[in-house]
Amino acid sequence: MTASPLAAWRDRLAALAPVLDAAEQPFRSQLTVRVSDPDAIAAMGSALGVQFPSAACTFTSGSGRFGDVEVLWLGPDEFLVVAAPDLQITIEEVLRGALGTVRGSVVDTSAQRTTVVLEGPKVRDVLAHGCSVDLHPASAPGGTCVQTLLARTGIILQVNGDDRVTVLVRSSFAEYLAAWLCDACSEYLAVA
Amino acid sequence: MQLIPCPWCGPREEAEFHYGGQAHVAYPEDPSALTDEEWAQYVFFRENPSGPFAERWSHNAGCRRWFNAVRDTRTHDLLAVYRVGEPMPEVIA
Ligand SMILES: [Zn+2]
Repeated sequence: MTASPLAAWRDRLAALAPVLDAAEQPFRSQLTVRVSDPDAIAAMGSALGVQFPSAACTFTSGSGRFGDVEVLWLGPDEFLVVAAPDLQITIEEVLRGALGTVRGSVVDTSAQRTTVVLEGPKVRDVLAHGCSVDLHPASAPGGTCVQTLLARTGIILQVNGDDRVTVLVRSSFAEYLAAWLCDACSEYLAVA
Repeated sequence: MQLIPCPWCGPREEAEFHYGGQAHVAYPEDPSALTDEEWAQYVFFRENPSGPFAERWSHNAGCRRWFNAVRDTRTHDLLAVYRVGEPMPEVIA
């Protein structure tokens, strides 16, 4: 089995506790969907059991025949469908079936990004060291999904709750981001 | 750091954006009929106003969409942003 982008960082990320519970969720199925037709968007949502997000910079989640699935808003006609590992081929077929002859595309981009889940009372403070988006719970409540820069690296940032954030980062930038996270946590670890 | 209001994502740091030059420069209707001088005008020559200027910007690090903005070149204030295909709004500089 291939090593995941952050396999070598597992122990160093785990050492960020109790400031952050940081762990990679490797190899998740990810599909980039480009479509603007509302009927096709609804049909794809029904096929997954999760309606696509209608508001910019949000994500939806739910459970259907593919288990837990999230749909992330990436742009006005662009979404990222995320599910458990090894489902990408089946989901791609199902979404293409739901798209039918409507103009659009479904592309397997699972290898493009890896996922890091961060949880802890300081998670928003740590991220604020390198992220200019306002992460205060009033501005970024649960359900927020933004593409932005974290320490100059392009990321997708999902807010799952007050103390829990999911970061999707390009596989080739993942180690850099992990190193930055370890550095950003150091001041909180010192007083912990 | 200046914030630029993306029409889709809202206010974001300037570093997330890429500048695309003057907006509303229409592609020639009959390209083969243009003289060399007319091509040079189309390709290289742009307005350079002191005051409001309609420009293209791309939200590179965010939704990656192109949009238009009216920027006051004297103050760097963004007076309006609008989506591609929409007419330039009236602005008060
Ligand atoms: Zn945007």
